[in-house]
Amino acid sequence: MIYAVAVCAALLAAAAVLTLVRIERGPSMLDRTIALDTFTATLVGAVALEAAWHRRTDTLPILVVIAMVGFVGSVTIARFAAVEPEEERRIKTREEAAAEDAARRLAEEAEERALERTAELDAADEATGDATIGHTDTVLSSGEDDAADHAAAQDETAPDEGEAR
Amino acid sequence: MTWDNVLDVLAAVCLLAGAFLSFAAGVGVLRFPDLLARMHAATKPQVLGLILVLLGLELRLRTWDAFLVVVLVTLFQMLTAPVSAHMVGRAGYRTGKVRTDLLVLDELTSDLDEARTLEHETELAHLAAERAAHAGDDVVRPSHPDTVPQEDPEP
Repeated sequence: MIYAVAVCAALLAAAAVLTLVRIERGPSMLDRTIALDTFTATLVGAVALEAAWHRRTDTLPILVVIAMVGFVGSVTIARFAAVEPEEERRIKTREEAAAEDAARRLAEEAEERALERTAELDAADEATGDATIGHTDTVLSSGEDDAADHAAAQDETAPDEGEAR
Repeated sequence: MTWDNVLDVLAAVCLLAGAFLSFAAGVGVLRFPDLLARMHAATKPQVLGLILVLLGLELRLRTWDAFLVVVLVTLFQMLTAPVSAHMVGRAGYRTGKVRTDLLVLDELTSDLDEARTLEHETELAHLAAERAAHAGDDVVRPSHPDTVPQEDPEP
């Protein structure tokens, strides 16, 4: 019995390694899903083999659970499978990830600057509004100025963001 | 040679066969060229391999409790494996991961083409009928520019 169990264990281990290699390589998510399903089946085999070797029954519920739940992952991934462009199938290199991070940071900073500038302009407008309160004419015109200033601020920030992106 | 020995040997044979199917699936999943071929390889340990391993387990345990659990596991696996295989195969076909040059027979593509042609023809027939109905009208209908016959005189 021990030789049979050893050979079985070796075969299952080899199968697990091979499926893991496919999970790592898999050109698409669906290939990885299939390899993962095979890996689950191998796992069930391994648990059953161990139970058979030690004649124990307390690990059998694990088999039931794996058999019940094992398919959820592949169904979910298959449901959301989409056409992947060739470029997105590989893992990004370190430099590309760093460049993307830097670009995102620049964009965030530009946005913050724009927000600060808008807040400053608003504060300035409010100050002028307070000074000329009581005059309907000027209040109205200051309101128009406000809108114009907003537009100007957005115009100023727009090219910044464009560059950052 | 006692009964126990015979059952143990049978269990070992079943376990070996199941483990071999798992190994074969691992090799197939790694080496086969496209999604459908890999699915073909991957289903071997999911049903037959699992049944063999569980049969070996049952032959080794020899209790009714274990038999119940083994039947339950087999049942669940036979219910869930086709579901995931169907979903994965469908998603693979829809997202163009099936290599049609490796297929010997591709009924789905030809059926889809046929259905598309049929739909197109129905649409054309519908258009022709509308055109015939509006042939006498002088008025150009702006809401249906496609259905307006071109030889209609402009108002």
